Amino acid sequence: MTTYSLLSRYAEAIFWMARYVERAENLARILDVHESFSRDMRGGQNWGAIVQLYADEEPFAERHDEASTEAVLEFYILDEAHSGSIVQLVKSARENARSLRPLISTEMWINLNTFYNRMRALRPEDVAEERIARLCGAIKESCQSHTGITEGTFYRDEGWYFYQLGRLIERADQTTRLVDVKYHLLLPSPEDLGSNLDIRQWNALLRSAAGYHAFRRVHPSGMSPAKASGFLLLNPLFPRSVAACIASMDSTLNNLRALYRLRGGADALEVLDELRAVYHDRSIDSILERGLHELLDWTQLRLIDVGAALGHDFFGYEPEQAQAQDL
Amino acid sequence: MAQTDGTLLSAYDSDGYYCEIYGLPGQPLVETEQTRRRLDRISLDQLRTRSADAERELYNFGITFTVYTQKDAVDRILPFDVIPRVISAADWKTIETGVKQRVAVINTFLRDIYGAGKAITDGVIPGELIYSNPNYRPEMEGFTPPLGTYAHIDGTDIVRDQQGAFRVLEDNARTPSGVSYVVENRHLMQRAFPDLMAGVGIRPVSNYGDKLHEALAALAPKEVLDPQVALLSPGVFNSAYFEHIFLAREMGVPLVEGRDLVVQPNDQVFMKTVSGYKPVHVIYRRINDDFLDPQAFNPESMLGVPGLFAAYRKGTVALANAVGTGVADDKAVYAYMPRLIKYYLDEDPILANVETHICREPQALQYTLDHLDELVVKPVGEAGGYGITVGPRATQEEIEACRAGLLADPANYISQPMVRLSVCPTLTEEGVAPRHVDLRPFAITGESTWVLPGGLTRVALRKGSIVVNSSQGGGSKDTWVLE
Repeated sequence: MTTYSLLSRYAEAIFWMARYVERAENLARILDVHESFSRDMRGGQNWGAIVQLYADEEPFAERHDEASTEAVLEFYILDEAHSGSIVQLVKSARENARSLRPLISTEMWINLNTFYNRMRALRPEDVAEERIARLCGAIKESCQSHTGITEGTFYRDEGWYFYQLGRLIERADQTTRLVDVKYHLLLPSPEDLGSNLDIRQWNALLRSAAGYHAFRRVHPSGMSPAKASGFLLLNPLFPRSVAACIASMDSTLNNLRALYRLRGGADALEVLDELRAVYHDRSIDSILERGLHELLDWTQLRLIDVGAALGHDFFGYEPEQAQAQDL
Repeated sequence: MAQTDGTLLSAYDSDGYYCEIYGLPGQPLVETEQTRRRLDRISLDQLRTRSADAERELYNFGITFTVYTQKDAVDRILPFDVIPRVISAADWKTIETGVKQRVAVINTFLRDIYGAGKAITDGVIPGELIYSNPNYRPEMEGFTPPLGTYAHIDGTDIVRDQQGAFRVLEDNARTPSGVSYVVENRHLMQRAFPDLMAGVGIRPVSNYGDKLHEALAALAPKEVLDPQVALLSPGVFNSAYFEHIFLAREMGVPLVEGRDLVVQPNDQVFMKTVSGYKPVHVIYRRINDDFLDPQAFNPESMLGVPGLFAAYRKGTVALANAVGTGVADDKAVYAYMPRLIKYYLDEDPILANVETHICREPQALQYTLDHLDELVVKPVGEAGGYGITVGPRATQEEIEACRAGLLADPANYISQPMVRLSVCPTLTEEGVAPRHVDLRPFAITGESTWVLPGGLTRVALRKGSIVVNSSQGGGSKDTWVLE
């Protein structure tokens, strides 16, 4: 029996399929947590923060005059002309899955195909503010079904490792955004710091990252911005933390190289080493002292470097094409 | 005894046509009796429910063909009719041997015209039909592909006439498609109608991928012990993309696009993988000749692989089907097929053509001109049904226009009587009713020829229509070949 090496195009398609689904899930988490914040006693919430977070000011302004709740939700969930909307992310994942059908399981395909058909059937009234929590919940669950089905059915060849790498890199990136949306853009006024309101918001944030109960196991009592953000960034055992994603990427890439005797990947490992050093050696206090936002920005840039290095070594990118598919 | 007006098939009337389930009027087929009895036990409501379930499943599975509109890709399923078409063992034997005979002649014919051209010298077929044919590839002259085979995968479109005799309507020797529906329709039926199928003794179709891989691997250069086969697709924008996926998956080979392949200066073909370039020995290409290699054919093509044809001629890589097979499935050549069978094999055709008049021959022209209101007149140079005149349904003006065309350029036309295609009971809006069907069996030729027991039965879903094309409201049926 012949086992063929993974086509570069397949490797890229599966890496991005994983990223698209992970991004859709995290976008749903971010919209959900933002919606929770907007329900608090401070009244109106600044939905424009989400647009800033994704650096989408320009395309957003082309379509909408102001960042109203309806406009932002429409833009990030339904807008078929916006490649970063959830419906388009799921479509992109499904299109990639289509080109990967000789590789992936039938269950993976059916799941993504039906997920996309459901998303495509959404009407504007389905994304009304009062329904958003439930809709985001459904999207998260669909994404998790995809991940679960993949975990349970995907053949463990090289493709599996590229799938993991795509999922992990996107998750690390999105967790930095999730923390940023709270810490940088929703920073409470100084008198709110440590207040009931602030604590409620950090609770909501942890819950949106599915990390509240894990957090409580580490910190049985108390809640502070430092503890919560430290948990989401540095905890090595929480699967959505940046540190855990980086460590996992590092070992995935090492295993891939060793098992299949691949020569590529050295540049990506080098960047991952750099990231690991920071996320393993620093305490949250020293991070906050030096500037949380700066670290998150730096992290996002390093993750782009990792993607570019993988693209160059495995997907056959020319150096200048390296970020072509990055949204 | 059940009330006749209550059962599924009681109101069915084949309207005088040959019926694939009942046979000739008044002579019910023995072989299909069991199926008829079982079908009759299902209520119309139940049949509709199961049919809706099956179509939803097709859609969720993404067993679709893709229609590209200006804005978007629309995936459509080929409508699936849940009432199977049943072929007796004896009828299948006729089809199978007939198809094998036809494939043998197609391959002999192609070897001949790209080689010595004996059939032309001996006056069996006019040389200009071959050499002026747009599908003739002079680049293939003097080159014999592995095993001397050109049409490794062949599909023969067959209909049944009023008397129940099979007749060949068309040969598809280039890249016949539809085999994925044959296999998927069967799987779907097995899930939706286990009660209908149990114990019937239906020949399986699920080993198509194995047979295909085996035949393809046999084409690899002799010195390669572990051949790498790949399926070359134009990509997701191709309407048959689902089928490409299906075939690659069934064979366990990579589905590649032109951009995944590269030909090295030593004429070896490689695919680009995460661990570097890996050799490819056999390519089942689902790309037309024109787009295969911009260096050899259409220089504008972005789909192909530069240098592929040179590698092919050098023998480092095999292509299936061979380059230049298109000549053999041309309408003009089709008309000569009975004579070619006689000439090359000294046999009579097992499967007759639809009676065809070759208008470049004076007698046939005269006959055609005398019977224009009864005949279907087809230009041989046109594709896609363009320029066809259907005599019995044409206006006087159309007949006269056709006559003028015939007289101006007789060599461009063939004519055929209108075949009263057989029907099959089919689930329709008004209940179970007769609809016209055809059949495309698939033959694979490696060391020898194998015919998949079954084939794609296409059904014209519109009442009275004889057009079975998917683009014209056609659907498909599971095709049972009885043991």
